[in-house]
Amino acid sequence: MMSEATIIPVVMPKWGLSMREGIVNEWLVDEGEEITPGMPILNVETDKIANAVEATDGGVLRRKVAGEGDVLPVKALLGVLAPPTVSEGQIDDFIQSWVVADVDEDDEEQVSVDRFIEVNDLRVRYVRKGEGTETLLFIHGFGGDLNNWLFNLDAFPDATVVALDLPAHGQTETRLTGNSLAALAGFVIEFMQALEMPAAHLIGHSLGGAIAAQLALDAPQRVRSLTLIGSAGFGPEINLSYTQGFIDAQSRRDLKPVVELLFADTELVSRQLLDDLLKYKRLDGVTDCLQQLHDGLFSGGQTSLPGQRLSGLTPPLLLIWGEEDAIVPPEHAALAPAGSRVVRIAGAGHMPQMEKSAQVNQLLQQHVSGER
Amino acid sequence: MARKLSMKMAINEAIDQEMARDPSVIMLGEDIVGGMGSEGEKDAWGGVLGVTKGLYAKHGDRLLDTPLSESAYVGAAIGAAACGMRPIAELMFIDFMGVCFDQIFNQAAKFRYMFGGKAETPVVIRAMVGAGFRAAAQHSQMLTPIFTHIPGLKVICPSTPYDTKGLLIQAIRDNDPVIFCEHKNLYGLEGEVPEKPYAIPFGEASIVRDGRDVSIITYGLMVHRALDAAQQLAQQGINVEVVDLRSLSPLDLDTVIETVENTGRLVVVDEAHPRCNIATDIAALVGQHAFHALKAPVEMVCAPHTPVPFSPTLEDQYIPSAARIIDAVKRTFSYRGKQ
Repeated sequence: MMSEATIIPVVMPKWGLSMREGIVNEWLVDEGEEITPGMPILNVETDKIANAVEATDGGVLRRKVAGEGDVLPVKALLGVLAPPTVSEGQIDDFIQSWVVADVDEDDEEQVSVDRFIEVNDLRVRYVRKGEGTETLLFIHGFGGDLNNWLFNLDAFPDATVVALDLPAHGQTETRLTGNSLAALAGFVIEFMQALEMPAAHLIGHSLGGAIAAQLALDAPQRVRSLTLIGSAGFGPEINLSYTQGFIDAQSRRDLKPVVELLFADTELVSRQLLDDLLKYKRLDGVTDCLQQLHDGLFSGGQTSLPGQRLSGLTPPLLLIWGEEDAIVPPEHAALAPAGSRVVRIAGAGHMPQMEKSAQVNQLLQQHVSGER
Repeated sequence: MARKLSMKMAINEAIDQEMARDPSVIMLGEDIVGGMGSEGEKDAWGGVLGVTKGLYAKHGDRLLDTPLSESAYVGAAIGAAACGMRPIAELMFIDFMGVCFDQIFNQAAKFRYMFGGKAETPVVIRAMVGAGFRAAAQHSQMLTPIFTHIPGLKVICPSTPYDTKGLLIQAIRDNDPVIFCEHKNLYGLEGEVPEKPYAIPFGEASIVRDGRDVSIITYGLMVHRALDAAQQLAQQGINVEVVDLRSLSPLDLDTVIETVENTGRLVVVDEAHPRCNIATDIAALVGQHAFHALKAPVEMVCAPHTPVPFSPTLEDQYIPSAARIIDAVKRTFSYRGKQ
């Protein structure tokens, strides 16, 4: 008899701490279709976000278990991948025997609940997951927060994964400790010290990429590898109608077209995403802090370009760019130092870690483990 | 996890944070400090339902207990606003507004206009609205339409603790008179509220549920009845979009039109009496601006044109229910045009 290992379940994902169930919106593939890793299989929507569930393994989609419109708990069986050699009966047995594992609430709270720490008199929110020897530190971009890594933080079960909210971002205190790249990199170094994290693999997105690059120049001993996604800090151009538009937008109506610039597929900009961004932007002081950051970093184009001063090899450098990035031009990838690995992802905009998360996670896993 | 607060405590926190931020914020009302102002009883009560509890201890005599004369202290608040303070006047029930209509309609609402923009009246008048509290005809009305009718007043009626804090902070910072309507049956409702202060701009409706088949536009307590109806209808395959106006004046007409253009069907739910209310206003505006999008006549679900009954059985029948909303939604689907 065929071993069950060749049957691969497609299950309801868990996107973030609060997710308990999701709605199956639409199947994107048909039964009998050959699936490759990273391929979007179906669209799932939660009360927070809508996104595609991407294949983690390859195979033929043998069965759609979930119907469109079904509301199902996390880890529920949505579909079954298997090679053609597996019989229909075996697939029936597999589906019959599928049990939705209980999400262990205590365990879950323990590993992924928001934490806070004082850094330089600033109350900083962060998350920490896992207990591995290698540490990954995720740094979000301008106007973002650690939830920008919603689809990435769970992809490294063997590592210690940490993500923070930068000053005046997310749920970190609304105050700046400086509005230069050097000041921001210095802040992240202090955060690493406060967490007793001597060195880490840095993953930075957009402004977070420029901060990671600056940190690698200022404190090379703290950086095991660098992954910069849609990164600032390589060339002078940046889409100021996005950065200033984000600061100025006060209503859902004004914010929507601005946030749509981030994605290749603008359908991903849900009403809930906009409401959550507005909740952040409306906090007293946020607009002022964002404007100060913007004036220090972007106005008149980027002037501080640490990316150009990096070496490609020490630490190992991976650059990921969405082909349709409308904020930081993908052409900046050409400015990457010799020896770095550059991957441009089709069908993604400025947020490839959300739009093409499976592909980005795979690249990250390879880069962090030293595979090229 | 974000912190949860009741709507009552969200109001308390908004006033507390604004009083701490701006020394010109003061508060006037009946029993807001303590029982009759007598020694030893200060801060014992904090308003008729305890909304201002604890504020006297923090902000002292910037909270003024007034005599039982709404006409006097609402007038005083409006005068103080015209002279540069940012007063919050609390009326126990909106039903008591009748005795201060001149101060509100003829004075506060007119100053900016009649003084050529040189005078501002940054006053907030807070009051409880709505039925379901077994408080009879003189303490249960939904008088939002009366104030919405008057140019120069801004009228707010929130449905969640998050919106309540942000809109009340905006009301206090706003330079025009704001009538802030708090549904008494929502005071105990809990929801996530950031600890930091934040202001929600007026004139933006909130879409509280996405749907593509039919729109329900409403505000206040009725938002929750509409969500209840929407949940039941979803099980029957009808996807309802629910829009919470939250700001009745200024009105977010763009979102009203947009949701009707998306769905083609509209039910407006209003706890106020059925003539000249928010529902009739929305229905008329949609008829004028989005007629092209309508697949069926606009349905309205309102309270009857009678005073609020004291009998609990009758009062429960009086307030629009999820069942009545569901019936109205279904009527928009059974419409077949002129026979």
